Amino acid sequence: MNRRHLLAAGGIAAATLVISGAQALAAAPTTTGATSTLPTDSVYQLATPLTDQNGRAFSLGDGRGTPTIVSMFYTSCQFVCPMLVEAIRDTQQKLGDDERSRVNVLMVTFDPQHDTVAVLQKTAKQRQLDSTHWTLARAEAPNVRKLASVLGVQYKALPNGDYNHTTALILLDTDGRIVGKTSQLGDADPAFVKLVKATLASSKR
Amino acid sequence: MLALALLPLYSAAADYADLPGGTMRSVLAGDATGGLVKVDRFSMRTTPVTRVEFARFLADHPEWQRGRASRVFADASYLADWPAPPALPSSQSQQPVTHVSWFAAQAFCESESARLPTWNEWEFAAAADDTRPDARDDPAWRARILSWYSRPATAALPAVGGAPNAYGVRDLHGLVWEWTDDFNALLVNGDSRSSDDPDKLKFCGAGAINLQQRDNYAILMRVALLSSLKASDSTASLGFRCVRPLPETSP
Repeated sequence: MNRRHLLAAGGIAAATLVISGAQALAAAPTTTGATSTLPTDSVYQLATPLTDQNGRAFSLGDGRGTPTIVSMFYTSCQFVCPMLVEAIRDTQQKLGDDERSRVNVLMVTFDPQHDTVAVLQKTAKQRQLDSTHWTLARAEAPNVRKLASVLGVQYKALPNGDYNHTTALILLDTDGRIVGKTSQLGDADPAFVKLVKATLASSKR
Repeated sequence: MLALALLPLYSAAADYADLPGGTMRSVLAGDATGGLVKVDRFSMRTTPVTRVEFARFLADHPEWQRGRASRVFADASYLADWPAPPALPSSQSQQPVTHVSWFAAQAFCESESARLPTWNEWEFAAAADDTRPDARDDPAWRARILSWYSRPATAALPAVGGAPNAYGVRDLHGLVWEWTDDFNALLVNGDSRSSDDPDKLKFCGAGAINLQQRDNYAILMRVALLSSLKASDSTASLGFRCVRPLPETSP
């Protein structure tokens, strides 16, 4: 594509550029200029292809630049997963307004077969998840095990369709390195909240 | 994509044997299923992946060479016993490759259109002795396996190519530990619905209660070892082999 083509694309393209530019800026307060090379211990090295609750395709590393709370779940889970959502929500509420807007949440399902985009979307609506900062996502089956492995999450499919799994909120820094974890459900873990605040403070805008 | 087109060259080189699958008793099946699991038909490498095979993989996939693989995928001991390229002493070429992480093993298998076996697939293949598909109830067979494990870990690894079992698969016992696809799922806490810290019970409590055939020590040792690993870990006695699914036969 040449420059003339770009210009010819006109107003829409310009508007798009402005928007994506704004997003890039919002995501930009990353570490000092380290935009090119990912740290070798970053889970973003995996670059898992994911699809969100709105059907948008993205890659695990796209969250780079913003500290992210990652967790794995499945929607038909009746017991622990609702408490997981509450734990993340409560963690967010323990943050200041400014802090809250600078943390993303990414929840990836263990169960891509049943958790289609439509199911994820329904769950996001039912749970009233703020889609600007909160993403529910699915990966294709072989990638789920890799993602879990890189995050240190253990899970096992049971014959009845349930999953046994370790439950964890995992905090990634702007470069996708694991900063810390908590297994506390329901109420926010004070130590984890502190960690989120510290991570935000060290990743200045 | 170009690399994929070249794959058949490799695949032809690797020797795979077809296994029929079926319903089997698993050491890990919960009581809810009566200790039984269903294993679909699959095809398995007849030997663990050798060092010369892994060397070829490294030549084609330099991102997995020692020092180049990301730390998140391979720990500091990854390929620690690997000579500087390109030298691979011919005396070592047929040894099973070890010091490989789960991610590296998975990548190797993907490079020949395969994957790591599930625990149940590995267990299915390993239940056979040289004539019977499931020799696990035979005390003599169990004793034989256990005696293999008593070889000192410091001794140099023998080459692959031990006696074939009833399926034509070799070296499942007595040579190296092997990664499975679901190595980190074997002893997950039996009840993750509890809001208690799941880590407390993960390895010793609920997991142990679910173990069947508690006297099958050789197999349980494998479970314990695999369960203690992270996907980026690599050790001197841990290798792998690959499997491919087979199309279902009509019932």
